[in-house]
Amino acid sequence: MTAISLISIALTLLLAFLLARPAGLYIAYAFHNEGTRLDRWFGPLEKLIFSIGGIRRNNQNWKQYAASVVLSNTVMIILVYLILRFQGVLPLNPSGVASMEPTTAFHTAISFMTNTDQQHYSGEIGLSYFSQMIAIVFMMFTAPASLLAVAIAFIRGLAGKPLGNFFVDMIRGITRILLPVALVMAVIFIALGVPQTLEPTAVVNTLEGAKQEIARGPVGSFLSIKEFGNNGGGFFGMNSAHPFENPGGFSNFLQILLMLLLPAALPFTYGKMVGNKKQGRVLFVSMAMLLIVLLGISLASENAGNPAINALGIQHQQGSMEGKEVRFGAAQSSFYSVVTTATETGAVNTMHDSLTPIGGLVALGNMMLNTVFGGVGAGFINVLMYAMVAVFLSGLMVGRTPEFLGKKIEGKEMKLIAITLIISPLLVLVPTALALYTNADTISNPGFHGLTQVLYEYTSAAANNGSGFEGLGDATPFWNITTGIVMFLGRYFSVITMLAIAGSLAAKKPVPETSGTFRTDNVVFAGVFLVTVLIVGALTFFPAVALGPIAEHLTLKP
Amino acid sequence: MTRTLMVALRTSIVLMVLCGLLYPLVVTGIAQAVMPGKANGSLIYNDKHEVIGSELIGQTFTGPNYFHGRVSSIDYNGASSGSPNYAPSNEAMIKRTADAVETWKKENPDVPVSGLPVDLITNSASGLDPDITPEAARAQISRISKATGLSTHQLEDLVHKHTKTRELGIFGEPVVNVLQLNLDLQKEAAGK
Repeated sequence: MTAISLISIALTLLLAFLLARPAGLYIAYAFHNEGTRLDRWFGPLEKLIFSIGGIRRNNQNWKQYAASVVLSNTVMIILVYLILRFQGVLPLNPSGVASMEPTTAFHTAISFMTNTDQQHYSGEIGLSYFSQMIAIVFMMFTAPASLLAVAIAFIRGLAGKPLGNFFVDMIRGITRILLPVALVMAVIFIALGVPQTLEPTAVVNTLEGAKQEIARGPVGSFLSIKEFGNNGGGFFGMNSAHPFENPGGFSNFLQILLMLLLPAALPFTYGKMVGNKKQGRVLFVSMAMLLIVLLGISLASENAGNPAINALGIQHQQGSMEGKEVRFGAAQSSFYSVVTTATETGAVNTMHDSLTPIGGLVALGNMMLNTVFGGVGAGFINVLMYAMVAVFLSGLMVGRTPEFLGKKIEGKEMKLIAITLIISPLLVLVPTALALYTNADTISNPGFHGLTQVLYEYTSAAANNGSGFEGLGDATPFWNITTGIVMFLGRYFSVITMLAIAGSLAAKKPVPETSGTFRTDNVVFAGVFLVTVLIVGALTFFPAVALGPIAEHLTLKP
Repeated sequence: MTRTLMVALRTSIVLMVLCGLLYPLVVTGIAQAVMPGKANGSLIYNDKHEVIGSELIGQTFTGPNYFHGRVSSIDYNGASSGSPNYAPSNEAMIKRTADAVETWKKENPDVPVSGLPVDLITNSASGLDPDITPEAARAQISRISKATGLSTHQLEDLVHKHTKTRELGIFGEPVVNVLQLNLDLQKEAAGK
């Protein structure tokens, strides 16, 4: 790993962090419910969608808001399920792809709706161009827009304002944020070599005289929203490792930037909307620090390479290269693996199964914490949840009723938070145990790594990440159904509890701030927040992690 | 509830048309009008206008007279993509890599194993990696010189010509595109 690799990583992070504030302020402005100048640009299109959709722009209470999220997303899951089941006879299918098997369609529809994008099929042979567009790309817009809307409603509740209307918020997220950026970035990606065609698979005669088939399709329009919406599902089976889905160093840089942009922007949106910019900054800096530390660990491990391969006496300055592409090398592969798991995107430019044990541990840890920025909306809601736990713990220590933004955090809120905190390890560890007991034959790598494969699959599903240790033979009804259920619960359980908290806090009278109030916008709070995240988030998973990646690392022989 | 359900259904269908049809088709229209070559997969044609590959997709090269690319468990079948997803602790991967080192020794007796870069004996992520490192290209020069009769000096020039530096000077790694390098190599060998 050279100094230039490190400089390019530092530069990418710097740029993402510099863009975060203006982007965050724009998001706050875009969701402003009193008329703004943006109405002139986006108003006509939005009015058209509102009128066809039959949307009344009334304020909803938390129950109506939560019901709208779950109902609309369920309707979309059913529609997409039907499209996948009948894609064989639907139009735009030049390569003659067959209709999807029922459990795979069940899994795929839930996977893309929950912003997870776990894939138990390979895009080249599993989906028609029609499905790639009208089923997958459609959900790649509505999934992040749904959770962005929930995050905005949650912040409005904290600020003591009405929560708003889910349909209006979701549509504004698409028209004002996701669609314009996706359109511009799609064209840029195509200019860098990403295909955008409705022509079928090309057949060529190679230099050595063999016949080679080359799959292609409308990839550019898919790729931009895949990264920007923290979706992460690949057009091709090998995702952004495929040269058509990530042709070079510059396209790789743009993808990392796109993944980081919305998650990094939301703390600033929050600061603006609740009128406490300092607190938004404190949360942002805490998360950025976690990201940089984890990135450093992963980079060091991938750069050192695999001791067993290095021992063969070859030239190994490049670091670990099994399951990696030459144009990215160890540095950009490690960087991508950290950002994609921190932001719960799940796109990959390297095979996570082949990462060094410690590199794989960082990816796994990011998903277990689910607060190192986290995915669009969902991640930031998690961050605020941990912030409230931190406030509660501090309150216990000094013997005061804890307050957050001038609202008392009481029994009701803490019960809702506690149950949300418990559900996440439950969704990961129980099915992992079940799968190890009943489906151990689907594990492809022997030893401790096999346990990690299973653990990674369910962690990725519960955190709505979507990356995988892809050696796992997960294209079976058992895996489709269990991970499908985990993804659904992983997403909507916390949506409901968090909106309930927002509704409860919005109704409370603010407590005046005194000299005795525990401040939540300074360095001390940042420290308490980080410790809370690490203790509450990591401790539950430690035994499983010790048996998986840590044991594998300790037993790797040179 | 039924009202919300109807709104949900109607909104979903509108967004399906907007995001799932209009958006990708508009992008396809722009791409096909402005940059059809790239939009259709950066295909490479020979003098007879036959497609012989894509700039971005690697091909299998086994003959001693060609530069070899990376290990591909799917044998560069671009109809799909894939890797064996071996764990770093997997004995099968370590054996495959050790065997590749033995093969290298046989095919390249002039180059010591310490001069064999790791990218030549490891499986790429996509199974379609079009590139190798410049070091990996240079390590093969002595074998190719013997097989083709081209001088090592000529071959070094060829590798140098096909070495792409980091994009914008900093992003990614320096690479050599194996297919384009071999195309030029074939021309020089034929015109020798």
